[in-house]
Amino acid sequence: MEGAERIWDVIIIGAGPAGMSAAEVIANAGFRVIVVDEQPAPGGQIWRGIERRKDDAEGVAAVGRFRSCDASYLPETRMWQLEPLESGQGWRVYLAGAGRAFWRECRILLLATGAYERPSPLPDWTLPGVLTVGGAQILLKTSLQIPDEPVWIAGAGPLPLLYMVQLLKNGGRIAGYLDTSPKGGLRRSLSLLWPALRADWRGLLRGLGWQARLRFAGVRVWRGATDISAQADSNGGSLREVSFRDAAGRHRRARTSVLLLHRGLLPVTDASRAVGCAHDWVESQGCFAPKLDEWGMTSRDDLFVTGDGAGIGGADAAVLRGRLTALGILLRLRGPEEMVASTDYLHQADVIRTRLARLLHRQHFIDALYPPPGIDDVGDDVLVCRCEEVRAGTLRAAIAEFPDGGPDEIKIRTRCGMGACQGRQCGDALAGIFATARGKSMADVGIFRVRPPIRPLSFTELATLGVPEPIAKGDLNDDI
Amino acid sequence: MFRVETQPNEMAFDISLDGHPVGAREGETVAAVLLRSPPFHARRTTISGSRRAPFCMMGVCFECVLDVDGIRQRACMTVVRPGMQVARIAGVVKVG
Repeated sequence: MEGAERIWDVIIIGAGPAGMSAAEVIANAGFRVIVVDEQPAPGGQIWRGIERRKDDAEGVAAVGRFRSCDASYLPETRMWQLEPLESGQGWRVYLAGAGRAFWRECRILLLATGAYERPSPLPDWTLPGVLTVGGAQILLKTSLQIPDEPVWIAGAGPLPLLYMVQLLKNGGRIAGYLDTSPKGGLRRSLSLLWPALRADWRGLLRGLGWQARLRFAGVRVWRGATDISAQADSNGGSLREVSFRDAAGRHRRARTSVLLLHRGLLPVTDASRAVGCAHDWVESQGCFAPKLDEWGMTSRDDLFVTGDGAGIGGADAAVLRGRLTALGILLRLRGPEEMVASTDYLHQADVIRTRLARLLHRQHFIDALYPPPGIDDVGDDVLVCRCEEVRAGTLRAAIAEFPDGGPDEIKIRTRCGMGACQGRQCGDALAGIFATARGKSMADVGIFRVRPPIRPLSFTELATLGVPEPIAKGDLNDDI
Repeated sequence: MFRVETQPNEMAFDISLDGHPVGAREGETVAAVLLRSPPFHARRTTISGSRRAPFCMMGVCFECVLDVDGIRQRACMTVVRPGMQVARIAGVVKVG
Protein backbone atom coordinates (compact mmCIF):
# COMPACT_ATOMS: atom_id res chain seq x y z
CA MET A 1 0.00 0.00 0.00
CA GLU A 2 2.89 2.35 0.51
CA GLY A 3 6.37 2.28 -0.89
CA ALA A 4 9.13 4.22 -2.46
CA GLU A 5 7.56 3.64 -5.90
CA ARG A 6 4.54 5.86 -5.15
CA ILE A 7 4.82 9.32 -6.70
CA TRP A 8 3.75 12.26 -4.56
CA ASP A 9 2.41 15.44 -6.12
CA VAL A 10 4.71 17.68 -4.10
CA ILE A 11 7.58 17.21 -1.67
CA ILE A 12 8.49 20.22 0.46
CA ILE A 13 11.84 20.44 2.22
CA GLY A 14 11.53 22.53 5.38
CA ALA A 15 8.66 23.08 7.84
CA GLY A 16 9.26 26.74 8.66
CA PRO A 17 6.86 29.61 7.90
CA ALA A 18 7.20 29.22 4.11
CA GLY A 19 7.11 25.41 3.93
CA MET A 20 4.12 25.17 6.25
CA SER A 21 2.06 27.82 4.44
CA ALA A 22 2.83 26.27 1.03
CA ALA A 23 1.90 22.79 2.32
CA GLU A 24 -1.40 24.08 3.64
CA VAL A 25 -2.41 25.64 0.30
CA ILE A 26 -1.39 22.59 -1.73
CA ALA A 27 -3.01 20.06 0.64
CA ASN A 28 -6.23 22.08 0.85
CA ALA A 29 -6.43 22.02 -2.95
CA GLY A 30 -6.56 18.22 -2.73
CA PHE A 31 -3.03 17.35 -3.79
CA ARG A 32 -0.79 14.87 -1.99
CA VAL A 33 2.08 16.64 -0.33
CA ILE A 34 4.77 15.51 2.05
CA VAL A 35 6.84 17.89 4.20
CA VAL A 36 10.33 16.85 5.28
CA ASP A 37 12.08 18.64 8.14
CA GLU A 38 15.20 18.12 10.24
CA GLN A 39 13.67 19.31 13.48
CA PRO A 40 11.46 17.24 15.80
CA ALA A 41 8.60 19.77 15.55
CA PRO A 42 7.34 22.22 12.89
CA GLY A 43 8.01 25.97 13.00
CA GLY A 44 11.49 26.42 11.51
CA GLN A 45 14.05 28.48 13.41
CA ILE A 46 11.83 31.52 14.02
CA TRP A 47 9.09 29.42 15.63
CA ARG A 48 11.32 26.70 17.03
CA GLY A 49 9.66 24.88 19.93
CA ILE A 50 6.58 27.13 19.56
CA GLU A 51 4.15 24.34 20.47
CA ARG A 52 5.70 24.15 23.93
CA ARG A 53 6.35 27.88 24.42
CA LYS A 54 3.15 29.26 22.86
CA ASP A 55 4.59 32.79 23.15
CA ASP A 56 3.90 33.93 19.59
CA ALA A 57 0.25 33.82 18.55
CA GLU A 58 1.04 33.99 14.85
CA GLY A 59 3.47 31.07 15.11
CA VAL A 60 1.08 28.98 17.19
CA ALA A 61 -1.69 29.58 14.63
CA ALA A 62 0.56 28.76 11.66
CA VAL A 63 1.79 25.51 13.22
CA GLY A 64 -1.78 24.62 14.22
CA ARG A 65 -3.03 25.09 10.64
CA PHE A 66 -0.15 23.00 9.32
CA ARG A 67 -0.79 20.21 11.83
CA SER A 68 -4.47 20.06 10.92
CA CYS A 69 -4.09 20.13 7.12
CA ASP A 70 -3.77 16.91 5.12
CA ALA A 71 -0.06 17.26 4.38
CA SER A 72 2.09 14.31 5.48
CA TYR A 73 4.92 15.30 7.75
CA LEU A 74 8.32 13.63 8.22
CA PRO A 75 10.15 15.27 11.16
CA GLU A 76 13.77 14.51 12.14
CA THR A 77 14.50 13.64 8.52
CA ARG A 78 17.44 14.90 6.45
CA MET A 79 17.43 15.41 2.70
CA TRP A 80 20.83 14.38 1.33
CA GLN A 81 20.47 14.08 -2.44
CA LEU A 82 18.18 15.20 -5.27
CA GLU A 83 17.91 13.57 -8.66
CA PRO A 84 15.63 14.24 -11.64
CA LEU A 85 13.42 11.22 -12.43
CA GLU A 86 14.35 9.15 -15.48
CA SER A 87 11.07 10.22 -17.13
CA GLY A 88 12.37 13.79 -17.08
CA GLN A 89 9.32 14.92 -15.09
CA GLY A 90 9.70 15.17 -11.35
CA TRP A 91 12.31 14.44 -8.73
CA ARG A 92 13.62 11.63 -6.58
CA VAL A 93 14.45 12.90 -3.09
CA TYR A 94 16.86 10.91 -0.96
CA LEU A 95 16.20 11.12 2.75
CA ALA A 96 17.57 9.76 6.01
CA GLY A 97 16.13 9.55 9.48
CA ALA A 98 15.89 7.15 12.42
CA GLY A 99 18.98 5.34 11.18
CA ARG A 100 17.56 4.59 7.73
CA ALA A 101 18.06 5.97 4.24
CA PHE A 102 15.16 5.96 1.79
CA TRP A 103 13.69 7.96 -1.06
CA ARG A 104 10.43 9.51 -2.14
CA GLU A 105 9.46 10.63 -5.63
CA CYS A 106 7.40 13.64 -6.58
CA ARG A 107 6.18 15.60 -9.56
CA ILE A 108 7.22 18.91 -8.03
CA LEU A 109 9.87 19.65 -5.45
CA LEU A 110 9.78 22.76 -3.27
CA LEU A 111 12.80 23.89 -1.27
CA ALA A 112 11.78 25.95 1.77
CA THR A 113 15.05 25.67 3.66
CA GLY A 114 15.18 29.22 4.96
CA ALA A 115 18.20 31.21 6.05
CA TYR A 116 21.15 30.97 8.41
CA GLU A 117 23.58 33.43 9.94
CA ARG A 118 26.40 34.71 7.78
CA PRO A 119 29.55 33.26 9.38
CA SER A 120 31.93 35.75 11.03
CA PRO A 121 35.52 34.53 10.68
CA LEU A 122 37.77 36.15 13.30
CA PRO A 123 40.78 34.95 15.31
CA ASP A 124 39.88 31.86 17.39
CA TRP A 125 36.17 31.95 16.61
CA THR A 126 36.20 28.15 16.89
CA LEU A 127 36.68 28.24 20.68
CA PRO A 128 33.95 26.79 22.89
CA GLY A 129 32.09 29.84 24.20
CA VAL A 130 31.94 31.61 20.85
CA LEU A 131 28.47 31.17 19.35
CA THR A 132 26.20 32.97 16.94
CA VAL A 133 23.62 35.40 18.32
CA GLY A 134 20.91 33.31 16.67
CA GLY A 135 22.29 30.22 18.41
CA ALA A 136 22.12 31.97 21.79
CA GLN A 137 18.57 33.06 21.01
CA ILE A 138 17.59 29.46 20.25
CA LEU A 139 19.03 28.46 23.66
CA LEU A 140 16.93 31.17 25.27
CA LYS A 141 13.78 30.28 23.34
CA THR A 142 13.92 26.51 23.69
CA SER A 143 15.75 26.04 26.97
CA LEU A 144 15.47 29.37 28.86
CA GLN A 145 19.24 29.15 28.93
CA ILE A 146 21.42 32.27 29.19
CA PRO A 147 25.13 33.04 29.55
CA ASP A 148 26.07 32.72 33.23
CA GLU A 149 28.21 35.87 33.28
CA PRO A 150 28.11 39.20 31.42
CA VAL A 151 28.27 38.44 27.70
CA TRP A 152 30.00 40.24 24.82
CA ILE A 153 28.09 40.57 21.57
CA ALA A 154 29.68 41.61 18.27
CA GLY A 155 28.11 42.41 14.94
CA ALA A 156 25.25 44.31 13.37
CA GLY A 157 21.60 43.97 12.52
CA PRO A 158 18.21 43.73 14.19
CA LEU A 159 18.84 40.28 15.71
CA PRO A 160 21.55 41.32 18.23
CA LEU A 161 19.27 44.15 19.45
CA LEU A 162 16.32 41.80 19.88
CA TYR A 163 18.43 39.17 21.63
CA MET A 164 19.93 41.70 24.05
CA VAL A 165 16.44 42.91 25.02
CA GLN A 166 15.26 39.32 25.52
CA LEU A 167 18.39 38.50 27.50
CA LEU A 168 17.93 41.43 29.89
CA LYS A 169 14.28 40.51 30.35
CA ASN A 170 15.32 36.99 31.37
CA GLY A 171 17.88 38.08 33.93
CA GLY A 172 20.97 38.03 31.71
CA ARG A 173 23.74 40.63 31.76
CA ILE A 174 25.60 42.30 28.89
CA ALA A 175 29.26 43.32 29.18
CA GLY A 176 29.28 45.22 25.90
CA TYR A 177 27.96 45.40 22.35
CA LEU A 178 30.60 45.77 19.65
CA ASP A 179 28.48 47.45 16.98
CA THR A 180 30.22 46.89 13.64
CA SER A 181 27.59 48.52 11.41
CA PRO A 182 29.18 51.20 9.23
CA LYS A 183 28.53 54.87 9.96
CA GLY A 184 25.95 56.81 7.99
CA GLY A 185 23.10 54.34 8.47
CA LEU A 186 20.44 57.02 8.61
CA ARG A 187 21.78 58.76 5.51
CA ARG A 188 21.79 55.47 3.58
CA SER A 189 18.33 54.42 4.65
CA LEU A 190 16.40 57.67 5.03
CA SER A 191 14.88 57.61 1.55
CA LEU A 192 13.61 54.08 2.26
CA LEU A 193 12.08 54.94 5.62
CA TRP A 194 8.63 56.04 4.42
CA PRO A 195 7.88 52.90 2.36
CA ALA A 196 9.27 50.81 5.21
CA LEU A 197 6.93 52.52 7.68
CA ARG A 198 4.01 51.85 5.33
CA ALA A 199 5.10 48.20 5.16
CA ASP A 200 5.39 47.59 8.89
CA TRP A 201 5.38 50.65 11.15
CA ARG A 202 4.76 48.47 14.20
CA GLY A 203 7.88 46.43 13.49
CA LEU A 204 10.02 49.52 13.02
CA LEU A 205 8.65 51.07 16.18
CA ARG A 206 9.48 47.85 18.00
CA GLY A 207 13.06 48.14 16.73
CA LEU A 208 13.31 51.71 18.06
CA GLY A 209 11.89 50.46 21.36
CA TRP A 210 14.66 47.85 21.64
CA GLN A 211 17.31 50.53 21.18
CA ALA A 212 15.67 52.76 23.77
CA ARG A 213 15.43 49.91 26.26
CA LEU A 214 19.10 49.00 25.79
CA ARG A 215 20.12 52.63 26.30
CA PHE A 216 17.93 52.85 29.40
CA ALA A 217 19.47 49.65 30.76
CA GLY A 218 22.92 51.22 30.33
CA VAL A 219 24.26 48.64 27.88
CA ARG A 220 27.73 49.75 26.81
CA VAL A 221 27.87 50.11 23.02
CA TRP A 222 31.21 50.33 21.20
CA ARG A 223 30.40 51.87 17.82
CA GLY A 224 32.94 51.18 15.10
CA ALA A 225 34.85 48.46 16.98
CA THR A 226 37.39 46.64 14.79
CA ASP A 227 40.02 43.87 15.09
CA ILE A 228 37.69 41.78 17.23
CA SER A 229 39.24 38.54 18.37
CA ALA A 230 38.66 35.71 20.80
CA GLN A 231 41.37 34.34 23.09
CA ALA A 232 41.64 30.96 24.76
CA ASP A 233 42.37 30.19 28.38
CA SER A 234 45.85 28.96 29.31
CA ASN A 235 45.21 25.32 28.43
CA GLY A 236 43.88 26.32 25.03
CA GLY A 237 40.44 25.05 25.92
CA SER A 238 37.66 27.60 26.00
CA LEU A 239 37.10 31.30 25.41
CA ARG A 240 38.56 33.47 28.16
CA GLU A 241 38.97 36.91 26.67
CA VAL A 242 37.69 39.16 23.91
CA SER A 243 39.86 41.93 22.50
CA PHE A 244 39.12 44.71 20.01
CA ARG A 245 40.13 48.18 18.87
CA ASP A 246 37.70 50.95 19.78
CA ALA A 247 36.66 53.78 17.45
CA ALA A 248 39.59 55.89 18.72
CA GLY A 249 41.99 53.09 17.78
CA ARG A 250 42.76 52.02 21.35
CA HIS A 251 43.32 48.34 21.97
CA ARG A 252 40.96 46.92 24.60
CA ARG A 253 40.50 43.53 26.19
CA ALA A 254 38.03 42.00 28.60
CA ARG A 255 37.53 38.67 30.30
CA THR A 256 34.46 36.70 29.29
CA SER A 257 33.36 33.12 28.75
CA VAL A 258 30.77 33.86 26.05
CA LEU A 259 31.12 35.91 22.85
CA LEU A 260 28.20 36.04 20.43
CA LEU A 261 28.58 36.94 16.75
CA HIS A 262 26.13 38.10 14.08
CA ARG A 263 26.69 39.49 10.59
CA GLY A 264 23.23 39.18 9.03
CA LEU A 265 21.56 36.28 7.24
CA LEU A 266 22.21 34.20 4.14
CA PRO A 267 19.68 32.12 2.19
CA VAL A 268 20.35 28.36 2.39
CA THR A 269 21.29 27.48 -1.19
CA ASP A 270 23.07 24.15 -0.81
CA ALA A 271 20.39 22.00 -2.49
CA SER A 272 19.70 24.39 -5.36
CA ARG A 273 23.46 24.71 -5.98
CA ALA A 274 23.95 20.93 -5.81
CA VAL A 275 21.54 20.39 -8.72
CA GLY A 276 23.01 23.23 -10.76
CA CYS A 277 20.24 25.83 -10.59
CA ALA A 278 21.26 29.28 -11.81
CA HIS A 279 21.92 31.76 -8.98
CA ASP A 280 22.10 35.54 -8.95
CA TRP A 281 24.30 37.75 -6.81
CA VAL A 282 22.05 39.99 -4.72
CA GLU A 283 24.15 43.08 -4.08
CA SER A 284 21.85 44.68 -1.47
CA GLN A 285 21.96 41.55 0.72
CA GLY A 286 25.47 40.41 -0.17
CA CYS A 287 24.41 36.89 -1.03
CA PHE A 288 23.69 34.45 -3.82
CA ALA A 289 20.05 33.51 -4.31
CA PRO A 290 18.48 31.14 -6.83
CA LYS A 291 17.23 32.76 -10.04
CA LEU A 292 13.44 32.35 -9.91
CA ASP A 293 10.51 33.04 -12.21
CA GLU A 294 7.43 34.95 -11.01
CA TRP A 295 6.09 31.75 -9.37
CA GLY A 296 9.29 30.76 -7.60
CA MET A 297 10.45 28.12 -10.09
CA THR A 298 14.22 27.77 -10.49
CA SER A 299 16.08 27.29 -13.78
CA ARG A 300 15.42 23.53 -13.34
CA ASP A 301 11.94 22.30 -14.31
CA ASP A 302 9.60 21.40 -11.46
CA LEU A 303 12.01 22.64 -8.79
CA PHE A 304 10.75 25.62 -6.78
CA VAL A 305 12.30 27.70 -3.99
CA THR A 306 10.33 29.78 -1.51
CA GLY A 307 10.67 31.71 1.76
CA ASP A 308 13.91 33.26 2.97
CA GLY A 309 15.78 30.76 0.77
CA ALA A 310 14.66 32.94 -2.15
CA GLY A 311 16.12 36.07 -0.50
CA ILE A 312 15.89 37.39 3.05
CA GLY A 313 12.49 38.94 3.84
CA GLY A 314 11.45 37.81 7.32
CA ALA A 315 8.88 35.32 8.61
CA ASP A 316 5.76 37.19 7.49
CA ALA A 317 7.18 37.62 3.99
CA ALA A 318 8.09 33.91 4.00
CA VAL A 319 4.47 32.99 4.74
CA LEU A 320 3.32 35.09 1.77
CA ARG A 321 6.04 33.67 -0.48
CA GLY A 322 5.00 30.16 0.55
CA ARG A 323 1.40 30.81 -0.48
CA LEU A 324 2.42 32.44 -3.75
CA THR A 325 4.76 29.60 -4.70
CA ALA A 326 2.05 27.09 -3.78
CA LEU A 327 -0.30 28.76 -6.27
CA GLY A 328 2.37 28.50 -8.95
CA ILE A 329 2.76 24.81 -8.13
CA LEU A 330 -1.02 24.26 -8.29
CA LEU A 331 -1.11 25.87 -11.75
CA ARG A 332 1.61 23.50 -12.92
CA LEU A 333 -0.05 20.45 -11.37
CA ARG A 334 -3.51 21.19 -12.77
CA GLY A 335 -2.29 22.16 -16.20
CA PRO A 336 -3.99 24.65 -18.52
CA GLU A 337 -7.28 22.72 -18.92
CA GLU A 338 -8.70 23.80 -15.60
CA MET A 339 -9.22 27.38 -16.56
CA VAL A 340 -11.68 28.31 -13.84
CA ALA A 341 -9.35 27.30 -11.05
CA SER A 342 -6.47 28.97 -12.88
CA THR A 343 -8.20 32.34 -13.12
CA ASP A 344 -8.91 32.15 -9.43
CA TYR A 345 -5.25 31.33 -8.68
CA LEU A 346 -4.03 34.19 -10.86
CA HIS A 347 -6.22 36.63 -8.97
CA GLN A 348 -5.11 35.30 -5.55
CA ALA A 349 -1.50 35.52 -6.69
CA ASP A 350 -1.87 39.15 -7.69
CA VAL A 351 -3.26 40.01 -4.26
CA ILE A 352 -0.35 38.22 -2.53
CA ARG A 353 2.23 39.84 -4.83
CA THR A 354 0.96 43.30 -3.96
CA ARG A 355 1.13 42.58 -0.22
CA LEU A 356 4.56 40.98 -0.54
CA ALA A 357 6.06 43.86 -2.54
CA ARG A 358 4.77 46.29 0.07
CA LEU A 359 6.11 44.22 2.97
CA LEU A 360 9.57 43.83 1.42
CA HIS A 361 10.13 47.60 1.73
CA ARG A 362 10.84 46.90 5.40
CA GLN A 363 13.69 44.60 4.34
CA HIS A 364 15.08 47.15 1.86
CA PHE A 365 15.32 49.63 4.73
CA ILE A 366 17.07 47.09 7.00
CA ASP A 367 19.47 46.15 4.17
CA ALA A 368 20.45 49.81 3.75
CA LEU A 369 20.81 50.36 7.50
CA TYR A 370 22.95 47.23 7.93
CA PRO A 371 24.69 46.70 4.58
CA PRO A 372 26.38 43.31 4.03
CA PRO A 373 29.87 43.32 5.57
CA GLY A 374 32.99 42.57 3.57
CA ILE A 375 35.57 39.93 4.32
CA ASP A 376 38.74 41.88 3.43
CA ASP A 377 39.80 42.56 7.00
CA VAL A 378 40.17 38.85 7.80
CA GLY A 379 43.81 38.16 8.67
CA ASP A 380 45.84 35.36 7.09
CA ASP A 381 45.92 33.35 10.31
CA VAL A 382 42.11 33.25 10.72
CA LEU A 383 40.41 29.89 10.12
CA VAL A 384 37.89 30.36 7.31
CA CYS A 385 36.93 26.70 6.90
CA ARG A 386 36.17 25.44 10.40
CA CYS A 387 35.69 21.81 9.34
CA GLU A 388 38.93 21.31 7.38
CA GLU A 389 40.81 23.99 9.36
CA VAL A 390 41.87 26.07 6.37
CA ARG A 391 43.18 29.57 7.07
CA ALA A 392 42.61 32.72 5.01
CA GLY A 393 46.34 32.87 4.19
CA THR A 394 46.24 29.35 2.72
CA LEU A 395 43.34 30.39 0.51
CA ARG A 396 45.08 33.59 -0.60
CA ALA A 397 48.23 31.61 -1.45
CA ALA A 398 46.25 29.06 -3.47
CA ILE A 399 44.38 31.82 -5.31
CA ALA A 400 47.77 33.32 -6.28
CA GLU A 401 49.26 29.95 -7.17
CA PHE A 402 46.42 28.84 -9.48
CA PRO A 403 45.56 31.97 -11.44
CA ASP A 404 43.30 30.13 -13.90
CA GLY A 405 41.15 28.39 -11.30
CA GLY A 406 37.82 29.51 -9.87
CA PRO A 407 36.46 28.90 -6.35
CA ASP A 408 35.95 25.19 -7.21
CA GLU A 409 39.66 24.85 -7.97
CA ILE A 410 40.60 26.53 -4.68
CA LYS A 411 38.21 24.18 -2.87
CA ILE A 412 39.92 21.12 -4.38
CA ARG A 413 43.44 22.46 -3.74
CA THR A 414 42.90 23.47 -0.12
CA ARG A 415 39.94 21.27 1.01
CA CYS A 416 38.15 24.49 2.02
CA GLY A 417 34.45 23.60 1.95
CA MET A 418 34.93 19.82 1.83
CA GLY A 419 34.06 19.12 5.47
CA ALA A 420 30.88 18.07 7.23
CA CYS A 421 29.14 21.46 6.92
CA GLN A 422 29.50 21.27 3.12
CA GLY A 423 30.84 24.79 2.81
CA ARG A 424 27.95 26.52 4.55
CA GLN A 425 30.42 28.16 6.97
CA CYS A 426 33.17 29.07 4.47
CA GLY A 427 31.62 29.34 0.98
CA ASP A 428 30.63 32.96 1.39
CA ALA A 429 34.03 33.94 2.86
CA LEU A 430 36.00 32.07 0.20
CA ALA A 431 34.02 33.80 -2.57
CA GLY A 432 34.71 37.19 -0.93
CA ILE A 433 38.43 36.56 -0.47
CA PHE A 434 38.65 35.26 -4.03
CA ALA A 435 36.84 38.28 -5.51
CA THR A 436 39.15 40.72 -3.69
CA ALA A 437 42.32 38.85 -4.63
CA ARG A 438 41.40 38.73 -8.32
CA GLY A 439 39.83 42.19 -8.40
CA LYS A 440 36.55 40.74 -9.65
CA SER A 441 32.94 41.19 -8.62
CA MET A 442 31.17 38.51 -6.58
CA ALA A 443 28.71 38.06 -9.44
CA ASP A 444 31.61 37.11 -11.74
CA VAL A 445 33.31 34.88 -9.20
CA GLY A 446 30.28 32.83 -8.10
CA ILE A 447 30.39 30.31 -5.30
CA PHE A 448 31.74 26.77 -5.28
CA ARG A 449 29.55 23.80 -6.16
CA VAL A 450 27.93 21.60 -3.51
CA ARG A 451 28.35 17.84 -3.83
CA PRO A 452 26.07 15.15 -2.43
CA PRO A 453 25.47 14.07 0.21
CA ILE A 454 24.03 17.51 1.00
CA ARG A 455 23.77 16.32 4.62
CA PRO A 456 26.22 13.77 6.08
CA LEU A 457 25.07 10.19 5.87
CA SER A 458 26.53 7.20 7.69
CA PHE A 459 27.44 4.00 5.85
CA THR A 460 25.06 2.17 8.19
CA GLU A 461 22.24 4.42 6.98
CA LEU A 462 23.32 4.16 3.35
CA ALA A 463 23.31 0.36 3.59
CA THR A 464 19.55 0.43 4.29
CA LEU A 465 18.79 2.23 1.00
CA GLY A 466 16.42 0.15 -1.09
CA VAL A 467 15.75 -2.35 1.69
CA PRO A 468 11.96 -2.61 2.22
CA GLU A 469 11.04 -0.17 4.91
CA PRO A 470 8.53 -0.29 7.72
CA ILE A 471 5.49 1.88 6.98
CA ALA A 472 6.07 5.39 8.26
CA LYS A 473 3.22 6.86 10.24
CA GLY A 474 3.23 10.10 8.28
CA ASP A 475 2.69 8.31 4.96
CA LEU A 476 -0.67 6.83 5.87
CA ASN A 477 -2.92 9.85 5.80
CA ASP A 478 -4.90 9.00 2.69
CA ASP A 479 -4.27 5.27 2.48
CA ILE A 480 -7.11 3.56 4.29
CA MET B 1 29.35 29.17 30.36
CA PHE B 2 25.53 28.98 30.26
CA ARG B 3 22.93 28.45 32.96
CA VAL B 4 19.17 27.80 33.07
CA GLU B 5 16.36 29.19 35.12
CA THR B 6 14.53 26.12 36.39
CA GLN B 7 10.83 26.33 35.73
CA PRO B 8 8.08 25.07 38.03
CA ASN B 9 6.42 21.84 36.85
CA GLU B 10 9.12 20.99 34.39
CA MET B 11 10.19 17.43 33.82
CA ALA B 12 13.83 16.83 34.66
CA PHE B 13 15.87 13.67 34.32
CA ASP B 14 19.44 12.50 33.86
CA ILE B 15 21.24 11.62 30.68
CA SER B 16 24.66 10.04 30.54
CA LEU B 17 27.51 12.24 29.24
CA ASP B 18 30.74 10.28 28.81
CA GLY B 19 29.45 7.88 31.43
CA HIS B 20 28.54 10.55 34.02
CA PRO B 21 24.95 11.48 34.85
CA VAL B 22 24.03 15.09 34.00
CA GLY B 23 20.71 16.84 34.49
CA ALA B 24 18.51 17.48 31.46
CA ARG B 25 15.06 18.96 30.99
CA GLU B 26 12.28 17.73 28.77
CA GLY B 27 12.24 19.28 25.31
CA GLU B 28 15.76 20.71 25.33
CA THR B 29 18.59 19.63 23.06
CA VAL B 30 21.76 17.74 23.88
CA ALA B 31 23.64 20.92 22.85
CA ALA B 32 21.91 22.91 25.59
CA VAL B 33 23.08 20.34 28.16
CA LEU B 34 26.64 20.45 26.76
CA LEU B 35 26.88 24.24 27.12
CA ARG B 36 26.40 24.01 30.88
CA SER B 37 28.58 20.90 31.36
CA PRO B 38 32.33 21.66 31.57
CA PRO B 39 34.47 21.32 29.53
CA PHE B 40 31.58 22.23 27.18
CA HIS B 41 32.90 20.74 23.93
CA ALA B 42 31.23 18.09 21.75
CA ARG B 43 34.28 16.80 19.92
CA ARG B 44 37.90 17.29 19.05
CA THR B 45 38.72 17.86 15.39
CA THR B 46 40.41 15.13 13.41
CA ILE B 47 43.03 17.54 12.03
CA SER B 48 44.46 19.59 14.93
CA GLY B 49 42.59 17.98 17.81
CA SER B 50 41.13 21.35 18.82
CA ARG B 51 37.94 21.37 20.88
CA ARG B 52 34.63 22.33 19.27
CA ALA B 53 31.36 23.16 20.97
CA PRO B 54 27.84 24.06 19.76
CA PHE B 55 28.06 27.18 17.57
CA CYS B 56 25.03 27.74 15.33
CA MET B 57 22.42 25.70 17.29
CA MET B 58 20.42 25.13 14.08
CA GLY B 59 22.13 22.25 12.35
CA VAL B 60 24.21 24.06 9.72
CA CYS B 61 27.75 24.16 11.18
CA PHE B 62 28.20 20.52 12.33
CA GLU B 63 30.54 21.56 15.15
CA CYS B 64 28.45 19.82 17.83
CA VAL B 65 28.50 16.38 16.22
CA LEU B 66 28.92 13.60 18.81
CA ASP B 67 27.68 10.08 19.51
CA VAL B 68 24.15 9.70 20.83
CA ASP B 69 23.24 6.11 21.66
CA GLY B 70 26.02 5.01 19.36
CA ILE B 71 24.91 7.10 16.37
CA ARG B 72 26.81 10.19 15.25
CA GLN B 73 24.45 13.17 15.45
CA ARG B 74 24.28 16.92 15.78
CA ALA B 75 23.74 17.72 19.46
CA CYS B 76 21.76 20.87 18.57
CA MET B 77 19.20 18.88 16.55
CA THR B 78 18.81 16.05 19.06
CA VAL B 79 16.25 16.32 21.85
CA VAL B 80 17.17 14.67 25.16
CA ARG B 81 15.41 11.50 26.34
CA PRO B 82 15.74 9.79 29.74
CA GLY B 83 18.62 7.31 29.75
CA MET B 84 20.24 8.74 26.63
CA GLN B 85 23.93 7.82 26.30
CA VAL B 86 25.95 10.75 24.95
CA ALA B 87 29.67 10.44 24.19
CA ARG B 88 32.04 13.22 23.12
CA ILE B 89 34.27 12.43 20.15
CA ALA B 90 37.97 12.19 20.93
CA GLY B 91 39.19 13.34 17.53
CA VAL B 92 42.58 12.45 16.10
CA VAL B 93 44.48 9.59 17.69
CA LYS B 94 48.20 9.90 17.02
CA VAL B 95 50.04 6.60 16.69
CA GLY B 96 53.82 6.27 17.11
